[in-house]
Amino acid sequence: MASDRIVGIDLGTTNSLVAFMQVDTPVVIPGEDGLNLLPSVVALDASNQPVVGNAARNSLIETPERAVYSIKRLMGRGVEDIQEELKLFPFRLAEDMQPGEVLRIKLGDKTFTPPEISALILRQLKRSAERFFGGPVTKAVITVPAYFNDAQRQATKDAGRIAGLEVLRLVNEPTAASLAYGLDKRQNGIIAVYDLGGGTFDISILKLHDGIFEVIATNGDTHLGGDDIDNLLITIALDDIRGDLDLDLRRNAEAVQAIRKAVIEAKIELSSQPSIKLDIELPGGQHYQREITRAQYEQLIQPIIDRTVGPCKQALKDAELKPEQIDEVVLVGGSTRIPKVRALVKELFHREPHIDLNPDEVVALGAAVQANILGGGSEVTENMLLLDVTPLSLGIEVAGGVTDKIILRNSTIPASAKQFYTTQIDGQANVAIHVLQGERELAADCRSLARFDLKGIPGMAAGIPRVEVKFLIDANGILHVSAREQRSGKEAEIQVQPSYGLTDEQVEGMILDSFDNAEEDFRRRQLIEARSETSTILAALEKGKKSAAWGQLTTDEKKQIAKMEKGLAAVNAEEDYQAIRKAIDALNQGTMRLAELMMDTAVSTALKGKNMDETDLGEAPTAPHPMAKAEFE
Amino acid sequence: MINSALTAISAKPLTQDTHSCWSCGSMRAAHFCESCGKVQPPVPVDYFSFFGLPPKLNIDLGTLERDFYDLSRRLHPDLNARAGSREQEWSLEQSSLLNDAYRTLKDPIKRTQYLLHLEGVELEEQSKSATEQARATGETKKQIVPPDLLEEVFELNMELEKLRMNKKVGEDDPSLIAEIGKQKQSLEARHEALLHELRTYWKAWDTLIDRGPAADAERAQVRDKMVDVLNRRNYVRNLVRDVNAAMED
Repeated sequence: MASDRIVGIDLGTTNSLVAFMQVDTPVVIPGEDGLNLLPSVVALDASNQPVVGNAARNSLIETPERAVYSIKRLMGRGVEDIQEELKLFPFRLAEDMQPGEVLRIKLGDKTFTPPEISALILRQLKRSAERFFGGPVTKAVITVPAYFNDAQRQATKDAGRIAGLEVLRLVNEPTAASLAYGLDKRQNGIIAVYDLGGGTFDISILKLHDGIFEVIATNGDTHLGGDDIDNLLITIALDDIRGDLDLDLRRNAEAVQAIRKAVIEAKIELSSQPSIKLDIELPGGQHYQREITRAQYEQLIQPIIDRTVGPCKQALKDAELKPEQIDEVVLVGGSTRIPKVRALVKELFHREPHIDLNPDEVVALGAAVQANILGGGSEVTENMLLLDVTPLSLGIEVAGGVTDKIILRNSTIPASAKQFYTTQIDGQANVAIHVLQGERELAADCRSLARFDLKGIPGMAAGIPRVEVKFLIDANGILHVSAREQRSGKEAEIQVQPSYGLTDEQVEGMILDSFDNAEEDFRRRQLIEARSETSTILAALEKGKKSAAWGQLTTDEKKQIAKMEKGLAAVNAEEDYQAIRKAIDALNQGTMRLAELMMDTAVSTALKGKNMDETDLGEAPTAPHPMAKAEFE
Repeated sequence: MINSALTAISAKPLTQDTHSCWSCGSMRAAHFCESCGKVQPPVPVDYFSFFGLPPKLNIDLGTLERDFYDLSRRLHPDLNARAGSREQEWSLEQSSLLNDAYRTLKDPIKRTQYLLHLEGVELEEQSKSATEQARATGETKKQIVPPDLLEEVFELNMELEKLRMNKKVGEDDPSLIAEIGKQKQSLEARHEALLHELRTYWKAWDTLIDRGPAADAERAQVRDKMVDVLNRRNYVRNLVRDVNAAMED
């Protein structure tokens, strides 16, 4: 049933994934290229069409001014709080940005808000899922860092809506990981999830009890991750180049991206090698070469990974637990592959952390489990229920610019609090309320969530009206406010002015694929994709006919292929995408032996020193035709 | 302008068996229907009644947790995600009420404060924000120093002031720090003793509840004693917090 097709999405800083619960096992749905990870990179191609993933990644080096990565860092933030990011990341803001406005990022000469860019990533994942199911997908569970505030969560939800997805639930990433982990282990006890990803860090402590996953405490840093290591290494390389070669490349976007690519590769290798040699070709043909040992690297990154210690200690303190009381520690996020990070976790929690689930995929798999629970559950998830908490205290600004906390951090959500307000002058009709999020005492140090105006309070003497305002944090960690004047029983009107974020109307105007047209859009897109696959397979066949392998086929085989080729060409002119797919499949089958013969040639060529990567053939059912993949240049 | 004390929820106990399920009509419906499982519209009740508990202070935390989990399995929005929008709304409200109630009842101090609030007592706002607010607006915070602490508090405040001055000019006085540390330890011991005292009143309170309206006058006395202990306890806790802050700064 289409309504049960709820997917789980991990919208990551570096990579994004979509997963689905297949009977009783969550599985990652691969993309068009057969790969599970979709790089969270968006670019505009030469004709100003957005491209996402690996295709966009190439553009980072070739046309960096038309590409953007790590957009998650900007979700739900204002221009005044991204000054650090602007120094370290090549984000290009629109020139006419006003303070308080939702950020607009330039790609080429167009501008996009962070939710719109995230929506392009989500749409790509949605399409992968639709290809997988052979039908439209309109509902999703999306994960967010546990430490995301209200504005960052709202921005993520907006991104889903823009992508044509109904976001049934935002799930905290470490909690999602614990679901995948718990499904696997089925044990009771206390677990800690240490999640160090591309751009965010979370620590969550959970109690697992007969299928209930109760978060006891969470903490983190939404601007700490592998990105910070990359930026540190880039800065060092740029300084070296300036010192040794007297070449200032800081303003050279292409060169910086080439260096970034090289240091990321070095970083990954240093998790398994004792040392690496950087060798980067610079503009002008000079080379930057440097050897980095594991020991040097670990010394460099120590200050970055040490920033995870404070949140871990705070979470333990909030949970009122000692490290010895934690039964298991689970590692999540690509950056936990770094041996030094593992050593730090071991030291913090006095035990060897778990690494048996793929740290890149476990969050998406958990999101799929949660999607299954929301969809009514299955045999394996029947008993499972997630009880999450709000990561930050909710407060109201009171006299003197002080924050009065009304819902404390680590309160199980949904959570609510009531406040009573009255007027200070006779006949006063409005009361202004400032809602804040954070742990600091002064309102100015907390995150401003929204300003509300209670309007239409009936005219009474000062101090007589009694307005009850109810603050409710829902299961997504998003705040809702309602108000009632108690003496008149009148619902007070609330005007929400979100401090950061898009209005409903703005989101409405950005929606990429309309919900109403989901079926029609899907059909049209399928047709386009089927036709493009037709041209790919026909082109591959043309190439095949010219290859030596063609001569090895029997006359009968050649005749069969010619017949199917003609059949495909005929249906391709029609509008029925399913007929086209059928014809493609037939031709696919019919050319299997040809493909194999060509592969044999390819492999033997590869063994002579050609690129082996290109022979990687992906898995059914979504992998492209093997002939298309086996092409060699 | 703002009444920032505990939230006011009507203290009327819920007469649960008079409610019938909106969906199937069964009379076995409180938060959810025992017959068809549907979530029911929330009825304003106090936190004790929400869990079907009498307004007593000794609570079996194991049972409370089990009930919390059981009710979560019925009321949580995740398990009602496919219900109609009205039911989803109820589920959200019921489950937030459940969480608020559990959070309040599982913590001994919050539980006592809440019960006193139901009894019509509003404790002095002792939160850090109230202190900050008083400081910012120049009002003196209404705070009565417990008489048995007067001398100690006076001395401690002098020492803390000295410590802050020292830190400002970058001086280090190990003997002062040792002295403050000693006082902190004594405060912590006092805090423990107050909690112990509070528990003895719990017991008295619970016994009097069983005796019904006849014991109202005695109950009022125990209530006032608990208010006194809580105020002293809050005062001591704030002092410990101030000491910690001064040492860390």
